[in-house]
Parts: sequence; structure tokens; C-alpha cells
Amino acid sequence: MTDAALATPRPSVVLERLREGRTLAVLAVSLILIIAWYLGAIWLNAGLVEQRLEHPTTAEFVATAWSLERPVLPAPHQVAIEFYDSVFEREIDSPRSLVYHAYVTGSATLVGFAFGTLLGILLALAIVRSRTLDRSLLPWIIASQTIPILAIAPMIIVVLGNLGLTGLLPKAVISMYLCFFPVAIGMVKGLRSPDPLQLDLMRTYSATPTQTFWKLRWPASMGFLFPSLKVAIAISLVGAIVGELPTGAQEGLGARLLSGSYYGQTVQIWSALLMAALLGMVLVAAVGFLERVVLRHMGGRP
Amino acid sequence: MKVGLLALAAALAAAAAAVVMLDNGPSTAFWLLVVLVVGASWYGLEALARLDKPRWVGALVVPGLFGLLLLWLWQVLVVGFDIPMVLLPSPARIGHQLAANAGQLWQDFRQTFLKSVLAGFVLGSASGFIVALLVDRSPFLQRGLLPLGSLVSAIPIVGIAPIMVMWFGFDWQSKAAVIVVMTFFPMLVNTIAGLAASNDIERDLMHSYAAGYWQTLLKLRLPSALPFIFNALKINSTLALIGGIVAEFFGTPVVGMGFRISVEIGRMNVDMVWATIAVAALAGSMFYGVLALIERGLTFWHPSYRQEQS
Repeated sequence: MTDAALATPRPSVVLERLREGRTLAVLAVSLILIIAWYLGAIWLNAGLVEQRLEHPTTAEFVATAWSLERPVLPAPHQVAIEFYDSVFEREIDSPRSLVYHAYVTGSATLVGFAFGTLLGILLALAIVRSRTLDRSLLPWIIASQTIPILAIAPMIIVVLGNLGLTGLLPKAVISMYLCFFPVAIGMVKGLRSPDPLQLDLMRTYSATPTQTFWKLRWPASMGFLFPSLKVAIAISLVGAIVGELPTGAQEGLGARLLSGSYYGQTVQIWSALLMAALLGMVLVAAVGFLERVVLRHMGGRP
Repeated sequence: MKVGLLALAAALAAAAAAVVMLDNGPSTAFWLLVVLVVGASWYGLEALARLDKPRWVGALVVPGLFGLLLLWLWQVLVVGFDIPMVLLPSPARIGHQLAANAGQLWQDFRQTFLKSVLAGFVLGSASGFIVALLVDRSPFLQRGLLPLGSLVSAIPIVGIAPIMVMWFGFDWQSKAAVIVVMTFFPMLVNTIAGLAASNDIERDLMHSYAAGYWQTLLKLRLPSALPFIFNALKINSTLALIGGIVAEFFGTPVVGMGFRISVEIGRMNVDMVWATIAVAALAGSMFYGVLALIERGLTFWHPSYRQEQS
């Protein structure tokens, strides 16, 4: 206690310094990674450069390694340029625009996520309500977390395709399957999180089960729901991308990856990956933003 | 309670009768029996679920019976409604495929699980662990890596599969490489958090024993990091299997679970796909179970296990 008081002179200054330190540290680590990437590009592309140039000087060697058309590992700036071109230089609705592909994948992700979350919450409500379901169904849901559900993606695509369903819907179904389990588990935990003291208090207020639910259980579950939602939306994106692989889909980030790998267009693969990474981060950040808004609205933890 | 057991016994008899009746095609009496089975077994399960006393009833018998009920319903409904095999094969057909193609499924399992998944899992987790130990000595690097590491969890890393196939070829090495990248970050983030888990008093005690860095690490900080490390290992076990299977969709020699799934679905052999998925599910839950058992053995002192025993 006294140690802590001595070590922290003024909280605001310390906080400021801590934040500064973190930004600096992240920047430094990112810089190291980018330098490593450039060096890696020289190393991995060396073979291709030797085929192309007879007796290159070091400068020529490096310059060629960083500007090959189909490199083993494209340099970061090549990816950045391709990314910029396919995001800002193309018409948004052209099949060469990454924004378009991100939209195709993102919409399937969101639709699947919405239905998966709804289903997960409904199931959690049923499980909390019924002891029999809790004892019989919940163990299976928890066990299903350990199996690679993503493996059914090709089957869903092909089977639904056989029924005449193509495009967004089959991918959304895969995303829904993937989201549904973490949300259900998180929500069951959350709805059970109020401790006996709080439940007793509701009883002394002679609250009905419905009132206890809306005023205690539901608000208490929010802190558990949002971390599950972050997991769910990330995995939902993976589901949508994998859902684009098996049918040779023409559009979407997964299709972009696949066509890139067919034609050896490494720069295209990397920029599609970059887009997928950005999309994932934006989606998770959006859930995080929603979490802050909801928790603040509830007057809960900051 | 007696009524519940009686209901379960009646459900069992009715279930057997329904399967026999199904040979002559579904009739009205058959559908009545199905409704009876569902109703009676639900009643029986409710009675069993109310029990608290022998814990294995709630933990094993109820979910086990429920699983059997679902499996039976799946079988009876698929046959009764004459659902085409392409849409959903019956469990009996899947079981038949499992038995008939056991050799091939074993080959796939060996290629995907024993080669790519295990190699990638061990390499990825180990390198995540080692980097965490190295980074642990520099708070600056830690502050830099942690935000990046948790950012990575939002990224669909499986997407690097086509690149890895280009770099490491079609065989299991490229799949292992995908898995290494997927499993590295959860291990890194969790180990760093785990190494910070021992509290100041404990560390002060080690200090007053004049314990050096390595002694503190081995006797205090690593043991208290174990729950975090096992958490990462369990996450990684699922990730590794997903990575191994999905990476095979991008190109593979003619063996492997991901390859089997994408080829058999192309031939519309949906029952074979389900058989492969059953193998994958079994492998995944066994992998997780083994890790959980090891964890229980090594972290018996942790409150989450102590509570269970008392």
C-alpha cells in the first residue's frame, strides 16, 4: 500500500507516460516487422532475381528483388500500391475492386453473424430456463467447441447450391453455424452470473421472474455477451471467406485468394489478405465500440 | 423418479419398435410412435436431470441419453421422410461408410492430423512460448507486441494458406506452416499474461530467498503461468485442426481430411464427407480432452480444480 503510494507520484502523469510508451513500443515493433519483411523479400526472391540478372550489383539485386512482378514474397510497398490501386483507383462495383470483394464477404459475414447471435441468445435463454436442456444439451454445445466445424463449409455450399441457393445465403449459413456456439456459451454464463445475494435481493423486492430477468439477469449478461460477440464476428469472417473457396466463386475475398493462388499472383493474394485483415479488425472494433456504448448506457463499468 | 425410469424404458421399447416398423415404410402408427418416444424420453430426462445425488447421472447419463435420442431422431426422420442422401445422409449410412473406408480414413487422418496438425501445433506453440520468454525480459517489447498480438486474433489467418502452399509445396509442410502462424499468437499473448500472473508478494518472497531470474522463473512464474499456457494450448488444438483441414482446400497431395472433404463433395458422396467430419470431430475432441487431462494433472493446485473436489 505505502509502496504503491510512493511509486506513483501523480496518476495523470504516469498514465500519460504509459500511453506514450505503448504507442512508441507498438510503432517500434511494427517497424522491426516491416524491416524483417523487406529483408525476407530479398532472401526469398533471391532465386528469381538470379534467373533474371546475370551479374547484378548489390543495388540492382535489391531493387529487382523488391519489384518483381510475381515475387515469392512481395515487398510491403508492392502490396501497399496494389492495395491502393484496387481500393481507390477502381470503380467500386468493378470486379477488380477490393472494396467490392470486401463488401461481398462482409455482407455474408454480417448476415450470418446477426442470425447466429440471435439463435445463440435464444438457445441460451432456453438452456437457462430448462434444467433438462441445461443438463442434456449444454455439454454437447461445449464439446462442439473442440471440433473443426469449419470443415462442413464446402458441404453446406454444395448442398445448398444443389437446392438452387447460391451467393450470399450459403456463406451466411456457415457464418451462422460458427457464431452460434460461442454466443450461446457466453450468454449462458452471463445469464447465470448474478450471485445469490443479488438474486435474494430481487426476491425480497418480490420481483417476478420476468422482472428479475430484465432488471438483473439480462443486464448482468452484457459483460459476457460482448467478448463472445468479438470471437463470433472474427470466426464468422473466416467462415465467409472459407465458404467462397469450394465453388470457385467469382466474388469475395476468398475467391480473390483462390484466383490469386491459381495464377501465381502473389501481390494480389497479399493485398486480399491485407483487406481481410482490415475487415476483421474493423468488424471486431465495431463490436468493441458497441460494447462501450451499451455498457456506458447501462451506467456500468467505464 | 421410478416413473421417469419407466418412461425411459418405454421410450427405448417404442424406439426399437419404430425402427422395425420403418422397414415397411412410414405409416401413421409409426409417426405416433416417434411422438411417443420423444415425449416419453423427454419426461424421463427431466426426471433424471432433477437428480443431484450421483453426479455422474447429471454429467454423463443425461447428455449421453440426449445424444442417443438426437441420433435416433436423425436416423428415423431421414428414413421416414425419405430425405435424399445428398441433403443429409442417415447416421447408419455414415457409420457404414466409416466402417467400409476405415483404411482410407486412417490414411487421411495420418496425413492431416499426425503430420500437419501435430507438427504445426508443436512448432507454433513452442515458438510462441519461447518468444514470450524472450520478450518477457523487455517490458518495452512486451508493450509493443501485446496490442499487435491481440489484434491478430481478429485476422483470418487461414488466408495465408495459398501463400504457404506456394512456398512449401503441396505436402504437409505447407499445412504445418499455416498452423504454426495460427497457433503462435495465442500462445505468445497467453504466456506473456501468464508470466505476469504471479503477484508481488510471491515475487518479493522469491527475492528475499535470493532466488535468481531462472529460479524465480522455474519455481514461481512458470507454474503460475500454467493455467494460461494450457488455455492457449486448448485454443490452439482447435485452431490447428481447422488450419490443417482448411489449408488442404488450397491444394494437397491426394490424401488428407480436407482433400477428402472437397473431393467427395464434388462427387456428391455426402455420406463419405460426413464420415470424414465424424473423424475430424472425434480427433478434435480427443486432442482437447488429452490436453485437459494433462492440465488437470499439472495444475491440480489451481482453485478451479480444488473447488470441484471439496
